[in-house]
Amino acid sequence: MNRATFPHRFLPWLLVLPQLLISLVFFYWPALQAMWQSTLKEDPFGLSSKFVGLENFRKVLSDPAYLNSIKVTAFFSVVTAFLSMSIALLLAVQAEKVLRGKAFYRTLMIWPYAVAPAIAGMLWLFMFNPSFGTLAWPLRQMGIDWDPLLNSGQAMGLVIAAASWKQISYNFLFFVAGLQAIPKSLIEAAAIDGAGSARRFWTIVFPLLAPTTFFLLVVNSVYALFDTFGIIHAVTGGGPGKATETLVYKVYNDGYNNFLLGSSAAQSVILMAIVITLTAFQFKYVERKVHYG
Amino acid sequence: MNNLNMLAASLAALTLSGMAAQAQTDISWWHAMTGANSEVVEKIASDFNASQSDYKINPVFKGTYPETLNAGIAAFRAGQAPDIIQVFDVGTGVMMGAEGAVMPVADVLTNAGMTFDKSAYLPGIVAYYSKPDGTMLSFPYNSSSPITYYNKDIFEKAGLDPNTPPETWDDVWSMAKTIKESGAAPCGYTSTWLTWIHLENFAAWNDVPYATQGNGLEPGATPELEINAPIFVNHFQQIADLAKDGTFKYGGRTSEAKQIFLAGECGIFTESSGGLGDIVKSGMNYGIGQLPYDTDGNGPQNTIPGGASLWVMGGKSDETYKGVAAFFDYLSQPDVQEYLHQTSGYLPVTMAAYEATKESGFYDENPGRETPITQMMGKEPTENSKGVRLPNLPQIRDIENEEFEKMLSGDQTAQQALDNAVERGNAAIKEAMGQ
Repeated sequence: MNRATFPHRFLPWLLVLPQLLISLVFFYWPALQAMWQSTLKEDPFGLSSKFVGLENFRKVLSDPAYLNSIKVTAFFSVVTAFLSMSIALLLAVQAEKVLRGKAFYRTLMIWPYAVAPAIAGMLWLFMFNPSFGTLAWPLRQMGIDWDPLLNSGQAMGLVIAAASWKQISYNFLFFVAGLQAIPKSLIEAAAIDGAGSARRFWTIVFPLLAPTTFFLLVVNSVYALFDTFGIIHAVTGGGPGKATETLVYKVYNDGYNNFLLGSSAAQSVILMAIVITLTAFQFKYVERKVHYG
Repeated sequence: MNNLNMLAASLAALTLSGMAAQAQTDISWWHAMTGANSEVVEKIASDFNASQSDYKINPVFKGTYPETLNAGIAAFRAGQAPDIIQVFDVGTGVMMGAEGAVMPVADVLTNAGMTFDKSAYLPGIVAYYSKPDGTMLSFPYNSSSPITYYNKDIFEKAGLDPNTPPETWDDVWSMAKTIKESGAAPCGYTSTWLTWIHLENFAAWNDVPYATQGNGLEPGATPELEINAPIFVNHFQQIADLAKDGTFKYGGRTSEAKQIFLAGECGIFTESSGGLGDIVKSGMNYGIGQLPYDTDGNGPQNTIPGGASLWVMGGKSDETYKGVAAFFDYLSQPDVQEYLHQTSGYLPVTMAAYEATKESGFYDENPGRETPITQMMGKEPTENSKGVRLPNLPQIRDIENEEFEKMLSGDQTAQQALDNAVERGNAAIKEAMGQ
C-alpha cells in the first residue's frame, strides 16, 4: 500500500471505522455470543442456564436429522449455484448478440435482483401452491400430480427454482461485465482461423471469464447456504417431512420453534466453521487455477 | 395527511392537556389474530379505551401464534416484554415453566382489589389454564374447539342429505368417498391442524390416553406418548388410504386447509370453531356438526380447549397491573363476551355470557353455533380429556407433522409414522425435561 496517498496516518482508520463498527456490532459480537451460548443449556426465557461444555455439539453431530440436513443443504446449494450461474451465463452470451435494444433487455434481466427473498418465495408460492397456484392447475391438467406439500422432490424443485431465479440477475450482471472485458480482436482472430462459435466460446470466452466465474462461485455458494432462508421459510417451511430443511433453516427452527437454544447456537457455530473453511478452500485451491489475464 | 398540521396539532394538544396525557397508562397487548378475528381485537381495544380514560390498550399484531410467542420471549430476554401477550394453547406448557417471567392472572385481579370468582368462568377452560393447585395463570381470551363444517351445496350434488353432518369417522370416510366418486367436488374431506384435531382432541373425544401421567398434567411429569395405540393407527391408515386418490386432501400443518374448503374443493372440513368468522364472510352455504368420534373408542367424551389465552408478564408497575385487571374485567362482561363469541366463533369464557347468548335466541337462529360449547362442557372430563400438557408441545407437533407428511406421500404406513413419532417425541420430551 502506498502510504503517501493519505496525508494523515489516522485518516484511513477513520474511513474504515464505520464498517469496522458495523462488523463488530452485527457480526463479531453475535458470533461470540453464539459461541458462548453453544456451551449452555438454557430454558426459553433465560431464567436458568447451565454450562454443559461441548455436550450440545455432541448431540447435534449424532442427530440423524442433522446429518439429513447436511445432505439436503449440499444438494440444494450445488444445484442452485450451478443452475443460477449456467443460466445467467447463457443469457449473458445471448444478450451480447442482441443488436437493438440491448440496454432494454439487460434492464429487464436485472429486475428480479431487487426482489427480497421472502417476496420471491411468495411469488413462486402463488404460482405453484397446489390449491390456489396459478400454474398448479395447468400442471395438473397436463397429468402431472403436482403436490409440493407432500412430494419432497417437487418441494425441493420449487425452492431451487425460486432461489436460482432470484440469483440469475446478479450473475447475469457480472457475466455481462466479464464478457465486455474480453477483447473483440481475440474472438475475431479465432473466427478468421475458422473456429466455430461453440469452439470460440469454450476455448476463448469461457477461460477468460474464469475470474468472474470464480468470484460468482464463492458468492453463489454463500447465497445458497445463507440467503435462501426467506425463500424456504415462505415456500415450504422446511417440509414436507424434513425434505427442504437446510442447515440455516434448522438453526432457526430448533431455536425459534423448538426452543433448543443451546443446540441452535451449536449449529450456527458449526455453520460458521463450514463457511470459513469453504471460503478458505476456494481461495487457496480454486483460485490458483484461475487465469486473471 | 399533512404531517406539519399533525405535528402542530399534537404539540398544541401536548401543551394544553399535558396533565391529562400523562395520567393515562399505556398497556401493550401483543396478539396473533388475523382476518375477521383481528377486527374483533381492534374493536374490543378501542371500545375499552373509549369506556374509560385511565388506561389505553394498544393491540399490536405480532404474526402467527409461534411468532408471537417467540417475539414475547425475545422481548423478555431483552427486558422489553409487552404487558399482555396472547399465547396459543400449546405454548401453555412453555409459559407455565417460566414462573419468574409471568404474573398469574388470579393475582393481577385480586391485587387490583377485584373479587376473582372462578365459578363465573366456564370450568373446562379455566381448569386448562390453571396451575395444579387451581390458581388461574392466564386469561382465556379465545377458546375454541374443533368442529365439522360441511358444504351443503356439495352434499346435495353428491346425493347426501344436506341436513345430516357426519357423526362418526366412518361416516366421514364414506361420505367423502361418495362426494369424490359422484364428482360433486374434487375432494371429499380436508382438515386443518392434524395434530390438534386428530391426535390431541381425537384422544380426549374418544376417551383414550394421548400420553402417560395424565397426558402430562401431573406435576413434574415426564410423560411418554401413547399415540401409536391401534385406535390411532387405524384412524391414520384410513386418512392415508383416502389421500392416495385425493379423497382426502392435505393442506398443511396449521390452518392452510381452510383455503381449500373455502374454494369449494372439498365437501367436509374439520377445523377450529374459531375459523367460523372467515367461513361466514365467504358467504358459503355451510353446515356445522360436532367433531366425529371413533366407534372403537369410549366417546364421545369431551373436547379440550384450543385457541389462546392472555398472559401477563412479570416485573411491571402496579399502575400497569391495575390497567390490565380493568381490561380483563371489561373482557369478562357478558356483552363483550357475547360479541366475541357471536362474531368470531370462539367460546364465551363466562357462564353469564353463555346464558345470555342462549336466552337471546342466538343458538335457535344459528343452529350449530352451540356445538363447540356443548362438546367441551357436555361431560365431566376424565383423566384422558382434561388436556395435554408437554413441556415442548410445539416441537412434538412438528415431529408428528413431519411423520404425517411422510405417511401421506406414501413413504411409510400409519403404523410406522406413529411409531416414529412416539420414539422421536419421547426423546425430545426427555431432552426438554433435562434428562
